[in-house]
Amino acid sequence: MAELKVKVAGIEFENPLIAASGTFGFGKEYGELYPLSVLGGVSCKGITIRERPGNPPPRVTEVPGGMLNAVGLQNPGVDHFIREDLPWLSRQGTRIIANVAGNAPEDYCETVEKLNDTCIDMVELNISCPNVKQGGVQFGTTVEGVYGITGEVRKHCAKPLMVKLSPNVTDISEMAVAAESAGADAISMINTLTGMRIDIHSRRPVIRNNTGGYSGPGLLPIALRMVWQTFQKVKIPIVGLGGISTWQDAVEMLLAGATALQIGTVLFTNPYAPLEICEGLASYMEKNGVKSLKELTGGVRPW
Amino acid sequence: MKPYDVKNCRLLAAKEIASGIFDFTVLCPEFAAMAAPGQFAHIYLPGHTLRRPISICGIDEKKGTLRFVFQIRGQGTEELARFAAGENLNILAPLGKGFPLELSRKTLLVGGGIGVPPLLGVAEQLKENAVAVLGFRSREAVILEEDFQKAGAKVLVATDDGSYGFHGLVTEMTEKEEFDAVYACGPLPMLRAAAALAEARAVPCFLSLEERMACGIGACLGCAVALRDGEGRQYYGHVCKDGPVFDARQVVL
Repeated sequence: MAELKVKVAGIEFENPLIAASGTFGFGKEYGELYPLSVLGGVSCKGITIRERPGNPPPRVTEVPGGMLNAVGLQNPGVDHFIREDLPWLSRQGTRIIANVAGNAPEDYCETVEKLNDTCIDMVELNISCPNVKQGGVQFGTTVEGVYGITGEVRKHCAKPLMVKLSPNVTDISEMAVAAESAGADAISMINTLTGMRIDIHSRRPVIRNNTGGYSGPGLLPIALRMVWQTFQKVKIPIVGLGGISTWQDAVEMLLAGATALQIGTVLFTNPYAPLEICEGLASYMEKNGVKSLKELTGGVRPW
Repeated sequence: MKPYDVKNCRLLAAKEIASGIFDFTVLCPEFAAMAAPGQFAHIYLPGHTLRRPISICGIDEKKGTLRFVFQIRGQGTEELARFAAGENLNILAPLGKGFPLELSRKTLLVGGGIGVPPLLGVAEQLKENAVAVLGFRSREAVILEEDFQKAGAKVLVATDDGSYGFHGLVTEMTEKEEFDAVYACGPLPMLRAAAALAEARAVPCFLSLEERMACGIGACLGCAVALRDGEGRQYYGHVCKDGPVFDARQVVL
């Protein structure tokens, strides 16, 4: 049997597939379909220091190659998460990544401090949510911003710290370098690409927030390119995401430079995708004599 | 047992029952055994990222079938309509909370256009205790009238243009009717009128809502709907998990 285990920032995952934040809630709903231990980990819905109501509807729409969403970080707040959601999730035999968002550096710091004393395995710093005015993306689009917030949070965070990067920047690899030099243990990339659709009859944007984050298979080539460019600039591990829908996509993402993977939008198309991707990965490894997924990371042979 | 699951289900019969409105019967014994009127199914379409939520119109546990009556609204439903008997549909179901069923309660079913199908399953359970007031644009758009009659319901039909049945609003036909609850599905003005009618008669009212949806099971929080809690504070619930059927007192219409 092929070895699907991967290690990111000292944390071992049973397999490289992590449910992407915002697509999986706190795990309960997909947990009705299969044990969450089929996943290497779960990145929880973005958590903020206080409860957030989220954006008015419509929040989602299908577009070619994927979908737009502007949920707006609706979440019950970190205290509720720790009290009500984490106890169940922590018994499911999967790694738990707490995705943390905020308005101000103090919010992030206070939130990660509350998480220090819990059983979560890792913090994912969300500085890339495109759907709220003050949801962290203001920190995620400049080198100074990324460096500053990562450094601040690092001082308060006792857990391994992964920084989730926005693709809505000129050069994402510079953001990754900034996060690394400010003390991040890993990078996850990419968050959604900001997009828009317009109803030609009402002349209104389809999404009530006017713009939304584009995700789905259409994002894959962009994510691959960005992961590949970033892999050449940082030493910390990259968790690759953006449009992964099949095991072949997963292999590509590993070859581009990812150590582990997140999958999100494909769950809406096929809730059982994680099981199929894992099976496909294992059989690819066997057929190609790959003993550990580490061997694939960054293994693309560029022309 | 899983409360919902994904299955490939054989389409047994497919026909167009009015212009752009299709009637599918699907073989899925597991879902038919679990489903309740007012719930919905999330149907996969090849090449599409998002499934399409389609309300369950009928449940036949003996035959192991579900019935879906849906309207072409866009590219997805247009492609769904092209499926033919014998082909398989990939279905995630049964989803959401349906109508509360109190079989001994005289219930007014208020339906408009493509909002009519989810009420048929209720009528089939309530039988003589159902009074269905159904509104359509015109004679050509009338669907399922005979099905409600066959279920045992009293049926009153209204059309916007007066080309069939009563000329006017469905709620205008209810003055002489007696009922202990109102269940409604249709356009927003009709839902408001149904809720107002229920309030005037001091009876409970349940509304079936729709919203653009992604996961269908309550994980992604896409299909938000403004609700009111016990203290009157507004918050966003979700059509797929908290609904699609809501107590009218909860809903901010």
